[in-house]
Amino acid sequence: MKKEEVPQDESSLSKANIKEIVYAVDKDGKYGKALSSGWEAKTIALNKSLELIEEQLQETIHKIKQGELSPIAYYMELQRMDVVVLSGYVGFWQWKVKRHLKAKTFKKLSKKTLKKYAETFEVSLEELKNPKI
Amino acid sequence: MKINFEHNQSAHCENGVVSNLLNYNGLKVSEPMVFGIASGVFFIYIPFIKVNFAPAFSFRPVPGFIFSRVSKRLGFKIKRYKYKSTEKAQQALDAELAKNNPVGLQVGVYNLTYFPDEYRFHFNAHNLVVYGKVGDDYLISDPVMPEVTTLSSKELEKVRFAKGPFAPNGHIYYPTQLPSNIDLKKAITKGIKQAYRHMLAPVPVVGYRGIRYVAKQIRKWPDKIGVKKTNHYLGQLVRMQEEIGTGGGGFRFIFAAFLQEASVIMENPRLAELSKEMTVIGDQWRDFAIDASRLYKNRSRETDAYNKIADKLDAIALAERAFFLDLKKAIK
Repeated sequence: MKKEEVPQDESSLSKANIKEIVYAVDKDGKYGKALSSGWEAKTIALNKSLELIEEQLQETIHKIKQGELSPIAYYMELQRMDVVVLSGYVGFWQWKVKRHLKAKTFKKLSKKTLKKYAETFEVSLEELKNPKI
Repeated sequence: MKINFEHNQSAHCENGVVSNLLNYNGLKVSEPMVFGIASGVFFIYIPFIKVNFAPAFSFRPVPGFIFSRVSKRLGFKIKRYKYKSTEKAQQALDAELAKNNPVGLQVGVYNLTYFPDEYRFHFNAHNLVVYGKVGDDYLISDPVMPEVTTLSSKELEKVRFAKGPFAPNGHIYYPTQLPSNIDLKKAITKGIKQAYRHMLAPVPVVGYRGIRYVAKQIRKWPDKIGVKKTNHYLGQLVRMQEEIGTGGGGFRFIFAAFLQEASVIMENPRLAELSKEMTVIGDQWRDFAIDASRLYKNRSRETDAYNKIADKLDAIALAERAFFLDLKKAIK
């Protein structure tokens, strides 16, 4: 890549006033650092992946309203976690976390367990039980 | 207290931390040199590990390898510590800073407050340097950021004890006893040798064979798993290729920069020519990314489009095969 070809498209980085380093050649063919504000091909890939997360979240909200899933599933996806990550934070086995995602099990959870989830998600117990969805 | 540490923005976090830490300790090595000595150029496709609902592709070795390989090849030692207790982790950090020793930390990205929201995922193999503490704030040199920044002790604790895959557990590391004379030539030779050995490895999912394998899959995916999933998989490939910390097209250019630098040190003009060839391959990767991103943006339904970008990937695989065979000859 030549220095003048370094992409300078708009991206979430440029919005935060950050530029990233790439390596490119100058007129004499010598390599050096160059700054890039972003690249469309990359931004599209990132946005598509964020869209997918959003889609997934909407589906989960729908399932919570139908009484299938628990609010833990909502907060987990809202904070871009999966069962593996969440189990690491709350300190329960993965199979246990998976059970807690079900609305039926959630109703029977002790205050102590709920508190752990609330702390992880940084919400109050009230918010954990009744998320604004 | 503040250590007089020079912050250099770099393309990739681990190279950057290593290069900046070594510079501070009196060993001037550029980011591409670190990358090359550590054989950072790589490709692997792991179909059975799913990241974000798509198979894992990687253009880099496992996090941590870069520093280990550089230390082995340049002949210095690294101290590494991990902690169960957050207090002990902070005490150890404070103790090193009090000794005027800037240290590398492995951290999780999700709670890095200075990252834009879009980049905050639960990815736990990011690296940064702490070079001082003022009041309750730690002075942070994050190599992918243009400027130095700060994190409060609470914020730093959170990222040092992020959970999930690759959980850092407060991982702290720094180089010790740098040797007085360093055999750069030998280190470069070792780096190059391992690079071509890995890229030419007789394993179907690694190196140029791995790239070819993915090309083959791209031809099958639209029929097998549908267009929507195929597009998502392609998006993952492009993200892994070009995102901060993973490289790909970007990594190919760093490797080319390394070969150019190595050519002077080794007094081997052939490496400079090969640097140019690697630049062409990097451009091919970029082309591939543009085509792939167009494909999933427009949601093209013709399967021919997928065959076309698979052709491009096949061409890249062939080019890399030829390149690394030439590199093997050049270093003999």
